Amino acid sequence: MSYSEKVIDHYNNPRNVGSLPKGDTAVGTGLVGAPECGDVMKLQVRVNPETGVIDDAKFKTFGCGSAIASSSLATEWLKGKTLEQALEIKNVDIVQELSLPPVKIHCSVLAEDAIKAAIADYKRKQQDGQ
Amino acid sequence: MLRFPIYMDNHATTPVDPRVLELMLPYFTDRFGNAASRNHSYGWQAEEAVDVARKQVAELIGATAKEIVFTSGATESDNLAIKGAARMYREKGNHLITVVTEHKAVIDTCKHLEKEGFDVTYLPVKRDGLVDLDRLRAAITDRTILISIMAANNEVGVLQPIAEIGRMARERGVLFHTDAVQAAGKVPFDVNASSVDMASLSAHKMYGPKGVGALYVRRRNPRVLLTPIIDGGGHERGMRSGTLNVPGIVGFGKAASISREELATESARVTGLRNRLSDGLRRELDEIYINGSVEHRLPGNLNVSFAYVEGESLLMGINDIAVSSGSACTSATLEPSYVLKALGTGDELAHSSIRFGLGRFNTEEEVDFVVQKVSAVVKRLREMSPLYELAKEHEEVKIRG
Repeated sequence: MSYSEKVIDHYNNPRNVGSLPKGDTAVGTGLVGAPECGDVMKLQVRVNPETGVIDDAKFKTFGCGSAIASSSLATEWLKGKTLEQALEIKNVDIVQELSLPPVKIHCSVLAEDAIKAAIADYKRKQQDGQ
Repeated sequence: MLRFPIYMDNHATTPVDPRVLELMLPYFTDRFGNAASRNHSYGWQAEEAVDVARKQVAELIGATAKEIVFTSGATESDNLAIKGAARMYREKGNHLITVVTEHKAVIDTCKHLEKEGFDVTYLPVKRDGLVDLDRLRAAITDRTILISIMAANNEVGVLQPIAEIGRMARERGVLFHTDAVQAAGKVPFDVNASSVDMASLSAHKMYGPKGVGALYVRRRNPRVLLTPIIDGGGHERGMRSGTLNVPGIVGFGKAASISREELATESARVTGLRNRLSDGLRRELDEIYINGSVEHRLPGNLNVSFAYVEGESLLMGINDIAVSSGSACTSATLEPSYVLKALGTGDELAHSSIRFGLGRFNTEEEVDFVVQKVSAVVKRLREMSPLYELAKEHEEVKIRG
């Protein structure tokens, strides 16, 4: 398996690895994938309550280099976006940016799912809070 | 001085020993004759060289020269043994027994025979990778003509109890074939001590060249007959037609004789390296699991699962070390190793597995480098793993509770 330079760069220097406090109402957490399939992604966003803009994003990923790169890239893209803009990030954008081969497309799909799950979690918290 | 990438994938293939190569070279140029040419010295020279090699290969496994049939490699040997015996003894029965952890060359050959109307029993293995002898005994019927069980597994290095299997087969009048590719030259392997009727061998797994292998076919007590799978000029006593690969065979012979002479010292040395690797990794890391029996194992094999770390990402981080992974992502099928699955290793740990294959040219210095490098990358990836985080949180909850 040969990787694109961008995948290798994200693997060696992952952006935004880490965790945000799960209990924080401003934080949305998405946990997708399954260990038995070889991919699990945890992606978190923190939304500024004043502006509605994502001001921080973190990830942790169990998976191949492409899965790590997909989630690392996703956190980079999420920062500074509104929730509506964030939901516009599609897996094909990730495939294109990282030059993922066909067998690795599922990694980008997982990253898109993780974004959606994190935002859904955030929205649920806001509703519950009201 | 370390040379990168460090090669620790000696189950996949081994480099040709310089002593082997040196002996082979003249057979490409000056001594290029066809071993089947009866009318001139080129042919005689080639035939003589093949005779020497045949004896050397035979000596490695306690056979006689006439019992060695040269092939293109172990895949062909497995095909010839299993298809050849099944078709020859079809009148006697149509049942074969093998094991789920066999190499694909055996499994897929058996599957092919199922389409020809044979019944095949694929026995499971125990958690340690060994076949359950009681289950094997129970599987043998009056229709059973062949048992094919490997001597050593290529992924987890587990050594099957072939002497017991051979004895059982002999008692029941069933032929016993063993794929001895990984075992021969690495651990003592004797076709008479283990009552083996056929054994597949490969040169490139014992520091010989690729493209040459052999099938041992017993000639006495019992005499084994095979229906050939390749038709042609009737070489190799009619069992395998085709011009002999003389330089390859010369190399195979030399490789076999070196392996035999150095077996005791090498297996002790390589076991030492393997233990150094295993101890080093266990000193640096928690939650690592060795797949397969530690006791019944090839000297050079260490198959390890690093919990919470996916194998392919680990390989990516240790790209200055040449090893292989049981992870799905490394294969086109996205299925993790069927061998690890058969041992009952969960998919999650199968995805986290690395096979280290140590061999003749590995050194302590290399092992020490590998311990440091692998440990550092595993630690980094665990810090990045949500599973590791969840497990640690769980642990804290347990401790607090």
